[in-house]
Order: sequence, then structure tokens, then C-alpha cells
Amino acid sequence: MQIQWYIFLSVALFCIGIIGVLTRRNSIIVFMCIELMLNAVNLLLVAFSKMHLMNGAAKYPALATDAQLFVFFIMVVAAAEVSVGLAIIVMMYRNTHSVDINFLNRLKN
Amino acid sequence: MSAIQLIYLVPLLPLVGFLINGMARNTLSKTATSVIGCGVILLSFIISLTVFFQVNKEGFTPQVVSYFDFINAGKIQVHFAFQVDQLSSLFLLIITGVGFLIHVYSSSYMHEEESPHFARYFAYLNLFVFSMLLLVLGANYLIMFIGWEGVGLCSYLLIGYWFKNVEYGNAAKKAFIMNRIGDLGFLLAIFWMLQAFGSVSFLDLFNPSFGAISSISAINSPTLVGISILLFVGAMGKSAQIPLYTWLPDAMAGPTPVSALIHAATMVTAGIYMIARSNLMYTLSPITMTVVAIIGLATAVFAASIALKQNDIKKVLAYSTVSQLGYMFLGLGVGAYTGAVFHVMTHAFFKALLFLGAGSVIHAMHGEQDIRKMGGLSKHMRITYLTFFIGCIAIAGIPPFSGFFSKDEILAGAFANNPVFYVIGLGGALLTAFYMFRLLSLTFFGKFRGTEEQLHHLHESPSAITIPLIILAVLAAVAGLFGIPEFIIPNAHWLDHFLDPVFAQSKALISHHELSHGTEWTLTVVSSVLILLTSIWAYKKYAAYKGEAAPETGFGKVLQNKWYVDELYDAIIVNPIKSFSIFLNRVVERSGIDGLVNGVGRGVNYTSRQIRLLQNGQAGTYILMMVLGIIVLFIVQIFSR
Amino acid sequence: MGTYITFPELLLWLPVIFGCILFTINDAKTVKRLALISSLLTLGISITSLFFADNSKYFLYNNVSYVWLQYIGSSFAVGLDGLGHMLTFLTAVSFPLIFAATYNTEYKRPNVFYGLMLLSQAGLMGVFVAIDALVFYFFWELALIPVYFLCSKWGGEKRIQATFKFFIYTFVSSLLMLVGIIYIYLQTSPTATAEHSFSVQSFYSVVIAAKDQTWLFIIFFLAFAVKMPMFPFHTWQPDTYEQAPAATTMVLSGIMVKMGVFGVIRWILPIFDESVLRFDNIIIGLSVAGMLYASCLAMVQNDLKRIVAYSSIAHVGLMCATMFALNNTGLTGVMIQMFNHGINVIALWIVVDIIEKHTGIRKLSELGGLAQHTPLLAIFFVIIALANIALPLTNAFIGEFAMFTGLFEFNPWFAAIAGISIILSAVYTLNMIQKVFFGNDNIYTKVVSQVTFKQKLSLSIIVAFIFVLGVYPKPMIKLTNTTVTNVLKLSGPMADK
Repeated sequence: MQIQWYIFLSVALFCIGIIGVLTRRNSIIVFMCIELMLNAVNLLLVAFSKMHLMNGAAKYPALATDAQLFVFFIMVVAAAEVSVGLAIIVMMYRNTHSVDINFLNRLKN
Repeated sequence: MSAIQLIYLVPLLPLVGFLINGMARNTLSKTATSVIGCGVILLSFIISLTVFFQVNKEGFTPQVVSYFDFINAGKIQVHFAFQVDQLSSLFLLIITGVGFLIHVYSSSYMHEEESPHFARYFAYLNLFVFSMLLLVLGANYLIMFIGWEGVGLCSYLLIGYWFKNVEYGNAAKKAFIMNRIGDLGFLLAIFWMLQAFGSVSFLDLFNPSFGAISSISAINSPTLVGISILLFVGAMGKSAQIPLYTWLPDAMAGPTPVSALIHAATMVTAGIYMIARSNLMYTLSPITMTVVAIIGLATAVFAASIALKQNDIKKVLAYSTVSQLGYMFLGLGVGAYTGAVFHVMTHAFFKALLFLGAGSVIHAMHGEQDIRKMGGLSKHMRITYLTFFIGCIAIAGIPPFSGFFSKDEILAGAFANNPVFYVIGLGGALLTAFYMFRLLSLTFFGKFRGTEEQLHHLHESPSAITIPLIILAVLAAVAGLFGIPEFIIPNAHWLDHFLDPVFAQSKALISHHELSHGTEWTLTVVSSVLILLTSIWAYKKYAAYKGEAAPETGFGKVLQNKWYVDELYDAIIVNPIKSFSIFLNRVVERSGIDGLVNGVGRGVNYTSRQIRLLQNGQAGTYILMMVLGIIVLFIVQIFSR
Repeated sequence: MGTYITFPELLLWLPVIFGCILFTINDAKTVKRLALISSLLTLGISITSLFFADNSKYFLYNNVSYVWLQYIGSSFAVGLDGLGHMLTFLTAVSFPLIFAATYNTEYKRPNVFYGLMLLSQAGLMGVFVAIDALVFYFFWELALIPVYFLCSKWGGEKRIQATFKFFIYTFVSSLLMLVGIIYIYLQTSPTATAEHSFSVQSFYSVVIAAKDQTWLFIIFFLAFAVKMPMFPFHTWQPDTYEQAPAATTMVLSGIMVKMGVFGVIRWILPIFDESVLRFDNIIIGLSVAGMLYASCLAMVQNDLKRIVAYSSIAHVGLMCATMFALNNTGLTGVMIQMFNHGINVIALWIVVDIIEKHTGIRKLSELGGLAQHTPLLAIFFVIIALANIALPLTNAFIGEFAMFTGLFEFNPWFAAIAGISIILSAVYTLNMIQKVFFGNDNIYTKVVSQVTFKQKLSLSIIVAFIFVLGVYPKPMIKLTNTTVTNVLKLSGPMADK
């Protein structure tokens, strides 16, 4: 399969993520959109890695497999981030009885 | 082993005296203090005397005794060295001799001071003698300058000796600052000499065979005129000439012996010494000579006119000093160098005598200085009266007392140079005779005008005061014999002969149209008769003074207020500088520079406060900004290809 | 690299080590004693180093270089030449005097105070011994930071404001200098180990294009001009002096001000030879104007500390003007005066501090008559003040005389105008003496007691310096001789590159 299809897909996913983050006020949905963006990038990384391996980069497999390693890192970090982020949202809900992100603009005071 | 090898002791001894009296001022008794204070000066005097006799021998050439490299940096190569020659040895004698008498006088005059202050007084006095000796002994202008500033400092310390009195403090400050103005001129002259000749030592400059200035033959070369004018500015400050003279009358705030020593006999003549020392430079720049003569003459007449209307016994003498110094500068300006130095010598005797006599009077009157409240003192204080009388005759210029000879020599020189100078100078001499006899009459003749209590306590001063008076009176009477003019007895002018090596180069250059003996006789007789008449007139006029106090009007008031010169200086110099400084402080410093600096800070603060509003706490906005940023970066990236 | 420890290292590390030790000690008395001992040890080393000042014989005693940041061409190189010897001696001699004179002052957290003082001493030493641009910059900032803390923690009422101003002023200007240092560094020729070099020799041999010289010169000079401080970059100074604790003020005005002058001599004159010749008239003119300006301001101040501050600006103005006259006489004068002014101004601050501690006031209008109660202090003050106005036979006269001669050689008019400050300095100094010590006493000044032994001792030492160096300045002149010729060889009309 041509690489561009993968690129189109991940760009689409990424844009959906961005628009979600920008337009939604529910912090859980915002959170999901961020995940969506991360995974769009992951997809791209894996796709390029595969492409390089197929295009005879076998001489330096390390170069191509690095991308897949990055994906794992991103997934681990994302998982950690989700746990922290969800905890924050829970705390936020407990304090304000809302998960609206605009509700919490009082940090500045 | 000659006495010249011991020359360093001459200034060193007073310095030792200063250190002992200064360090141990709390422990020494008054007797010990005065013995040390007077003793060191006496020793210096004895050494100076032996040096003098050595110098007086036939065929003596100036000797420079070098001690160590003082400053040796780049263009400045100056040794700490003393020069012994005719001029310096003569001044050594005057300084240590008159100085010793005044020290002795002080030990009695200041006896009422508390012991530490008494010691402080003697310490200052010794320090003064040290500086003055440094001034005249220095073998180059820099050492001379050290002494020059040193005497200024001592003058400051002694004028402000009674430091609790704010007014005395102001007088001291004024003296120091006015002197500093002159000193700036002196300093600039030194820089210029270093620049132009690479040396400031007298030998390097004036030696007939290799001196840098002796080899200049051009008359009025700009360098020499510039340097000599600047040196003269220095002399103006120290020797109280117009326009820097106003400090000297105020300096009378100091103890009277100080006025006698510093502000009459020695320090104020430093300017004359300096110009006499640099005579060749002046002879080669006639422009400066004319300036010196005119300023000297103007000062002589101007100060004498003020002295006419002063009522403070010390102020009269102070203006008289300024006026006499003017005569000395007139002498220098017309090329009568010997006459000027001669007048320095005779003036040292009679003016010290007059001041000390005034001190004796003030002592007897318990601090009263107003001559309108004195009168008839001749009956109570015979010795003071007689000696004061001799001083008066000497300064007025009545033959055959010393002042007659020295003043006559200067006036003859002035006549030879320009008869107008002579006429104005003679007018000044008549004024001198008038105010001196006014002073004498008001103080010693007529009826006593003070309080009963003062009359009751009137007494002759103790011998420590009268003996110096007598010695000085003798000197004031006979010192004229050192300089009997040519037309009276040929070849009897000892001083002229003695100082000849110092002024030889100048004399060769000045084309004197010699006055005939007939002219000189006429001049002398005319001036003597006029002076005598004026004296008698003044005596007659004021001997009958009753103490009526009609307020002065018109010109008399102007004179009494010293031509309003102090007020003028305040209005055109002091106050503008003060207001300008306040303006700088308030406007330029606070609002201008500091305002600018603080303005930058405030500007940063303001901008930050505006930018802060972007940080509104809405997570959505932040993300939007971020996305916009990324998009912008992408666009830049794409279009910059 | 020598096998023994060299003088610059000792001078540098001793205060650092003692400073760090002091931080850990809690007992106030021990701290003070240790600080004094440390500074005396440093002084001992410095005096010893003066006997080995001749670099033609004892080069290895005075210079050392360690591998530091080899690949960017910087080594930890320190060395002492004549000027370095003199300024390290000034630093070494000042600290014991300062510690002794302020021995009775109580501080909150004395361990930190004295520790920071010693660190600033180390920073100053570093500045004076550095012969590598990066090391120089490092110590330049290191000297600043302890002073910042000293002022902001132990200063007067408005300390935060004043210190902030001081910090911003000096920090901004030194950052600009860092830019300049890096720029010149990039122009240097390669060495054995690196492409460029920070060493002072390679900086001296760089040929900088004329258009670059101008802006480089300006940013370098700005850093030094602020530190000196030169008119019109001086407004931090009176405020800081007023607010800083006395001991810090002494360090600031006695030594730190000399960093600026030193910087110009070491890092500007030899490097920017063309710009120096282009800007000399402007800078001398500005300095001379600054002298008169500061003198005028000193005349109308009512606060003792501000008078001393402005008088210091006036004196430094003369140094700055003379440096750019670039001649042997003047430069010698500047170097001598750096030492003499440092000593004298510290003495002035000691007296001002004593007066303030005893009476609680610094206002001229409220003081008076102190001479009746502490004649000794009055004598000290009069001597020091007279040295401050450069009376002959005091140390300052030698320096000022040489400086004025040098300036006169450059341009007589500048010397004549600058000379007016001689008169003005007499005005404000005598005014200060009179208002503080003479006249009648009042309720504030009646209570003044005698000065302590330690204060007497430090003032006596300074007075001894004043007279000895005033009568026999030859050793000082000899010390600076080689530096002067070296600087002139690299700069001025006869520079050869």
C-alpha cells in the first residue's frame, strides 16, 4: 500500500484531535482527543518505519526500528499521562462538580 | 663638612617639633610644649645662619642637595632635592628668625588656652614653618608646590584654630579655597613646564649654561607667557592679589601671632619668592611683567583705600598687608627684583612688629579689636607704643627707617619703567601713611574710650611679648641699611650685591634707562616730604578723635564695605554655582538620568502588565495559540524554501 | 605548569575555602575571628608575592594554567603582572582593615555575611588574576553575586530597590560584554587543541575589522563604565552606597570600582586600538564633564554617604579620562591612583561608619562639634579627607599629579577643565569637615564616645599608607612599570600588531 494513505489517515486523525481539543469543553473529551493526536503520530511512525524496512534499509535496521521503539515510549508515556490526567479530572470534579475546562480558569489567582 | 650638608635639618627640626607636640599633646605641659616648639625653630635658625654665612662668601655657586627620587613616572622625573643659594638662604633667615620671635611671643600670648589646644597650636605653627621652609628650599617647582600647599593647609588649620566658632571656620575654608584656585594655576604651570621642558628643576630651567629657559632668546614666546601667567595666578592666590585677595582680611580670625607670621611676614610673600625665583622667565615675557605690575599696583592702591575706613585694628593691618604685597608685585613687574625681595624682608620685620604690637594691645584690652573703643594707650603701654610707633614710621616710608629704602627702590624702578606707575604708586604710599597714622592715633593717642573695667586692667604685656617686639623694632628701624641706594652712598647696596647671582641673567636682559642721581634725589625728597605731611595730617586729624559715630555716607560707605567685593563674588560666582549644583541635583540627576533609568524599568513593567493579559487562564485559548503557532511555523517553513 | 602552587592560585582559593567553611559555623565570634584570620593569611601571601613581583625572574611563581574547557579553547589560566600584583594587594589589604574596623557590628546570620564577604574577595581576586577571557568573565560575575546578596539582606531600608537597580545595571552591561567576548573569541586564530582560544594573548593578537571594533568597543566599555561608574551611568552608585551595609560599601567603592578601570586597561586598551583612538576625545570629554558634575552634586548633598559617593565618582572620572590619554605618565598615575584611592575611600567609609554608629545620623545639617568629643577621630578624618583632595605628601597627590600631567600631555584644555574639580573637591571636603567636626555640638553628637582599638589600628595603618606612599612612591611606580609599557606597546598611536 502506498505510504500516502497512511499519511492521509494520520493527518485526518490528528486534525480531528486538534479540532476536538479546541472546540470541546468537556475535559474528558479533550483528553480523548489528545490521545487521538498521539496515536495519529504513532501510526505515522509505524508506517514510515515499515516503509524504510521495505525500501531496503535492512543494512541499518536500527534506523528503521527506532521509530517503532518511539511508539512504545509514547504509549508508555501516554498511559502515565492518562493516569495523572484522569486523577486531576477526578479532583477537579470533586471540587467544582464540573469537568468543564473553562470553569477552571481561576488558577491565576 | 659644610653647613649645607645639614640643610635637611632646617625643615626636619620643625617637623619633629610638630610630631612631638602633635602626638604628645595630652601629656606635655605648656612649658614643655613651648620649649619644644620654640627650641626647634631656634635650632633651625642657627643652622640657617651658618648656611647663610657660607652662602655669603665670595664665589658661592648654588648647590643642590638631592635626597631621593620623588616621582619617576613617564615624563615626570622629579627628585626630592633642596637648593641652597642666595635667595633661599635669605628667606631661610627671615622665616626661622621672625618665626622664632613669633613662637616666643605665642608662648605667652596663647597661655590661656587649655594644654592640649596649646600643644595643638604649637604643632600647627611648627608644621607651618616646616612647609614654608620646604617651599623656599625646594630645588624644583614640585617641591615648592608641596610647601606651597602645606602652608595653605597650616593657614587653614590656624585660621580655624578656634574651631567651635562657625564664622572662623568659614574664614578658614575661604582662605583654603581661594588658595586652591591659585594652586590650580600653579599646577597647570608645572604640567606645562613638564610638557615643554621635560623638567621642573630650577637648575635645568635657569642654569646659564644648560638651562632650558636660558637658551630661549625669543621675547614673549607663547609658552613662557602662558607658564608665567599661570604661575602668577598661583601667586595671586597665595599672596592675596586682586582678584583673589578677599581671604586675607577674613583670615584675621586666627590668633594674632598667626596673622603676624603667616598672613604678614612669611606665607603671603611666597608668591614674591616664586616669581623672584623664576625671574628669568618673567624677564623673557614682558607681557606678563606688565600684567604683574598692573595687578600689583591696582592691589596696592585698592587695598590701601579700603584700609582707610576699617575700624578693626587687625583688619587695617590686613589690608595694609595686601597693599604692601601689591607693592612687591609692582617691583617684580617693573623688573626691580632686588627691590621686591628687599621689601619682603623689611615688610616681614615691620608688619610682624605691627601685628604683634596689635596683639599686645588686644591682649591688654581683653579681646577688644575696635580702634574706636581704644585711645590713649601710650600712657599705659610704653614699650608696645614705642615699638608700634617705629613700625608705623617704617611702613609709612619715612626716612631713615627700613620701609623708606625698600619702597623707594620699588618706586624708583616704577618710575624708570613708566612714570604713571610711579604717580599711582606714590598715591598709594600716601594712603598708607594716612591709614597707619590714623591707626596709631586712634589707638595710642587721645582719650581712652573703652569701658571702666578695661581701663582698670590696662597693663604692659609680659616680657615674652615685649622682647620680640623690641627686637623686631630694632630690625624694622635699621634693616634699611642693607639696601642703601646707589645715589646716596655708592656701592653700599649690600642686598643687591648679595642677590646679584640670582638676578644676573635678568639684569643683563632688562634695558634699564638708568635714572640720573639728580632725578632720584628729586623723587626721594618729593615722596618723603609728601609722606611726612600726610602722616602729620592724619595724626592731627585723629589724635583729637572723640568717638563720635556719624554713619558713613557716600564713598566712605563704599570703602567701609570694602567696595562690596565680597558681595559681588557671592552674587556672580558663589551663588550661581550653588544654584546650578542644586539644579543639577534636583533636575538632571533625579529627574533626568535617574528618571530615564527608572523610566526604562517602568516601561518594562508596563509592557509586561499588558502582555500578562494574554495569560487569561483559559486552557482553550492556550491550545488555540499553540496550534496557531504551529501553523505559522509550518507556513514559514514552506514559504522559506 | 609548575609543580608548586603559585601565588594567584593561593590568593584565589584561600578566600573560597575559608568562605565555604564559614557558612557552616554558627558561632558569631568564631566566624568573625576566622574571617579576620583568613583575610590576614591572604594578606600575608599577597605581601610575599610582592617580593616575587619581577616576572622576568619569577614568572613561574606568578603564572599558571590548567586544562579546563580544552575543546573550546579555554584554560583556567591565572597570572599576576605588575598591575595584578598591586590590585590583589589592594584587595588583600582592604579586607582585614574592613573586618577589623567593623568588628563590633552585629549582623543577623554572621556566618552567611562573612562567608559572602570572603566569596566576593575571591571573585575580586579572580578578576585581577584572570588571563583568560572566560575565566575573567566567570569571576567578574562571581564578584557581583555575593555583593548582591550582601546588599539585599543586610542593607538599609530601601535596600531592595537600590540593590535591584545596581544588579540590573551591572548585570545587563556584563551580559553585553559576554556577547562581545564570544564575538572576539570567534575571530581568534586556532590553537593546537581548539579552533579558537579565550586566552588573553590570542585576544590581543586578534585583528578586528573597523566596523566591528566600534560596536564591540561600545559594549565592552559599557560594562566597565557602569562598574566604574562613569557619568552618566553612575546613578546606581550613590543609592547602593547609601543602602549597603558599611563593610560592603567599603568593598564596593574601594575595590569593586577598580574592576572597571582594571577592565579597561586589560581588556579594552590593548584590543581595540583603533576604536580607542577614535573615541578618546568623547570619553575623556564625558569623564571630565562627569568629574565636574559629580563634584557639583557632592557640594549640595546633605548625606555623608552620598558626598563620599559623588566624590568617588569624580575621582574615578579622572582615572577614566587619563586612561584614554594613553601615555606613560598618565597610565602610571592611573594605576597608582587605583590603589591609593581604594585605600583612602575605605578609610573615609570607616570614619563615616563610626560616625553613623555613634550618633545614628549621617545628615550634615544635624552633625557638628564632634572634634570636641573625639579629637582622635577628627585628626584621622582630616588627614584622610586631605588625602582625598590630593594634598601633597599624601598618596593621592602622586597619582593625581601624574594623571593630570598625562592628561595635560594629551590636551591641555581637558586638564585645565578637569582641574576645576580640584577646587570643587576642596569646597565639599572642607565643608564636610567643618559641618561634622567643627562648630558646636548638639544632643546627637554629645554622646559620642572614643573609637575602639581595632578601628584606631585600621585607621592608623591607612594613615601610614597615606604618608609613606605620599613621600616615597617609588616602589609603586616600579611595580606598575612593565604593565604600562606592555599596554602602550599594544595600544595607542605606536601600537604594533
